[in-house]
Amino acid sequence: MLRRAAFLIVLALTLATAVAARAELTFPPLSGRVVDAAGILSPQVRAALEAKLAAQEAKTTDQFVVATVPSLQGTSVEDYANRLFRAWKLGQTDKDNGALLMVAPAERRVRIEVGYGLEGVLPDAVASTIIQTAILPEFRAGNFPAGIEKGTDAVIEILNLDPAEAEARARKAAEPAMTPDDWVPLIIFAVMIGFWIFVVYRQVRGGYLGRRGAGGAALPGGISGWEWSRGRSRGGWSGGGGGWSSGRGGGGFSGGGGSSGGGGASGSW
Amino acid sequence: MSFLTDLTVVRRRLLMPFLLLVLAVGLAGCGVNNIPTNEEKAKAAWSEVLSQYQRRAELIPNLVETVKGYAQQEKDVLTQVTEARANATSIKVDASTITDPETFKKFQDAQAQLSGALGRLIAVSEAYPDLKSNQNFLALQAQIEGTENRIAVARRDYIEAVRVYNTELRTFPGVLWASTLYRSSKPMETFTIPEEQMKVPQVKFN
Repeated sequence: MLRRAAFLIVLALTLATAVAARAELTFPPLSGRVVDAAGILSPQVRAALEAKLAAQEAKTTDQFVVATVPSLQGTSVEDYANRLFRAWKLGQTDKDNGALLMVAPAERRVRIEVGYGLEGVLPDAVASTIIQTAILPEFRAGNFPAGIEKGTDAVIEILNLDPAEAEARARKAAEPAMTPDDWVPLIIFAVMIGFWIFVVYRQVRGGYLGRRGAGGAALPGGISGWEWSRGRSRGGWSGGGGGWSSGRGGGGFSGGGGSSGGGGASGSW
Repeated sequence: MSFLTDLTVVRRRLLMPFLLLVLAVGLAGCGVNNIPTNEEKAKAAWSEVLSQYQRRAELIPNLVETVKGYAQQEKDVLTQVTEARANATSIKVDASTITDPETFKKFQDAQAQLSGALGRLIAVSEAYPDLKSNQNFLALQAQIEGTENRIAVARRDYIEAVRVYNTELRTFPGVLWASTLYRSSKPMETFTIPEEQMKVPQVKFN
């Protein structure tokens, strides 16, 4: 029995490492809205693109990132782009409104990867048309910066094409972060905590109508209701707020937590 | 003296709720929830796989019609695609399919067959310049390729979700819960045929 369990554990561990090894791709860090890891863009072009992409996110919260990669590391452009998209978590968590224009000059492949939330605005056929008509002609002529700029402009144009839709997304972006959906679990949690405090308190109080304060304090280990709740509020409770703001405060850029299910289109030249 | 007896009374009164609390927290801590959680994740991943295959099946009749208009002589390939689609959609699949090895294999084989037929259809289309410049065909082709890619991603997510779930069923402490509380939770099937993304042969006419 024990040996079988040990064997199964070893088997599971081996499987886990095998999967991890297969998925081992290295990605460039998300250093900004334009990640030129292949080094095919001049600083001027990069800055111009950055400005356009930042303006788009400011307007509709869509996170559109342009990336060039030195190598696809043996996998397909679709696979690499999807994993890169997920590693960078482009788009806002609840809206998945990210998009990625990825160029792999060494493999002569380009892909527009679209997050779940933008699939309706930027469908595969439209992404394909952008690649075929705006990007590939320039790439075939060897002009990478022009192809990337035209492709970026076309995608941004599509993202803003339907003013009502763009406005709706902008309005949604302006909504407060806490919706009723977020409150419900918090309230349930608070009620549960309250219930336990109530039960413990009643038990203590039941035997001590006259002297509950002294009794509670004298308990070894501090498990009475009062000790317990005070300990919590002093130590663990208040620390949570710290990590939140640091991600955006420093002026850096980071993915909002979005994901993609493989929408978009690819092309080669 | 009376203080000590009071203390025992308090202890006894505290004991039950305290034990309950320890039990609840302790159970959650040693993974009593892991099996249902992972099971639901795997089921969600499976329904994504199904909906992507479904979407592909919906796109095919349109594609077949469009190709027919330009390349009637490719009757064989067109028939193959239509038949493979009929075969694939005739298999009844739902959430229970994933714990039923036989149906799962049937489903997998049928979809792989359809992928092959569809790949051939796209490949022969390359030989018809009129078809290739048809806007409708281009849009359909982009949609089919996009769906194939979504299928690949959905399959990858499903395989990973099932790996986590099956591992939980077989390893400690999940194996304890699997043999007591969750006897109805069975290991799930996973894809064994590598569904390569449709590799369209690069045919160049100069």
